[in-house]
Amino acid sequence: MKVEPVQVIKQRRDAALKVLVEGVPYAQFLGIQFDRRGDELTAILPFTEKLIGNPLLPAIHGGVTAAFLEMTAIVELSWAMIWNDVESGALATDDLSIENFPKLPKTIDFTVDYLRSGLPRDAYARARVNRSGRRYASVHVEAWQDNRTRLFAQATGHFLMPQRDE
Amino acid sequence: MSDDMARIARQFIEAIPHSRELGMKVTEIGNAMAEITMAYDKRFIGDPKTGVIHGGAVSALMDTCCGAAVMAHPSGPSATATIDLRIDYMRPATPGQSITARAECYNVTRSVAFVRATAMDEDTDRPVATATGAFTMQNGDTAKGFLK
Repeated sequence: MKVEPVQVIKQRRDAALKVLVEGVPYAQFLGIQFDRRGDELTAILPFTEKLIGNPLLPAIHGGVTAAFLEMTAIVELSWAMIWNDVESGALATDDLSIENFPKLPKTIDFTVDYLRSGLPRDAYARARVNRSGRRYASVHVEAWQDNRTRLFAQATGHFLMPQRDE
Repeated sequence: MSDDMARIARQFIEAIPHSRELGMKVTEIGNAMAEITMAYDKRFIGDPKTGVIHGGAVSALMDTCCGAAVMAHPSGPSATATIDLRIDYMRPATPGQSITARAECYNVTRSVAFVRATAMDEDTDRPVATATGAFTMQNGDTAKGFLK
């Protein structure tokens, strides 16, 4: 078996992730970025004034926090879903766009646990797919700001997986 | 709630930077309930193939509307914050249509407010999403709520 150069594999992974994130207008609207180390993703939400929900504190809007966590969960789940095909090259990344991208999972429900107020700082989040079956998936997300161990929010969501033959 | 208070409440909510960014308009407020509308905007799309709005934008609308319902409670809280919010997505919102959320703060204790909400597009018979949440009730002497 021919061993692929590391740059080729990395290029394919980054191309797929770029389409997944940059192809979603709402992710762009909030300014969400993703950092990748191997298959591990960290979502980044750089602070801007427009994310404020309480101008007196000031604090990030609860809806922004919910949206950030939900986006992280969907991207992580989609990423896990396409990973094998990106690795094998079965998912061609040369002319990949959001239009010919595999269908994305749909949110069934999403529950956010607000632990402390979101400060006017950058926020980070990582999601863990606890269970992913043929039809349903359960994903947990944790978000923090300055300290990884001091979460400001966490969430659990259930998702409907796209059917492969659709 | 008097017309004056409703006007203040409306201005207060529409002045929240992120709510303004999402173009939220308070269509009804008072007596522990609130109704807020968000027009369809291409920037809020979550699925470019269908043009359906991202669940996160619906969450932001639900959270704002639930918080507004708490602030419109007759006990007059001075401030509120989300403790927990669960959203159930019934169906994708129809692209091109505005989304309206209606929230009701149906019970309060000294420190917690319980809220439920429904989001609809122009087909009001079939909800797009429902939400239930718990919010903090802050009763400071300064900066009283909409009623005091």
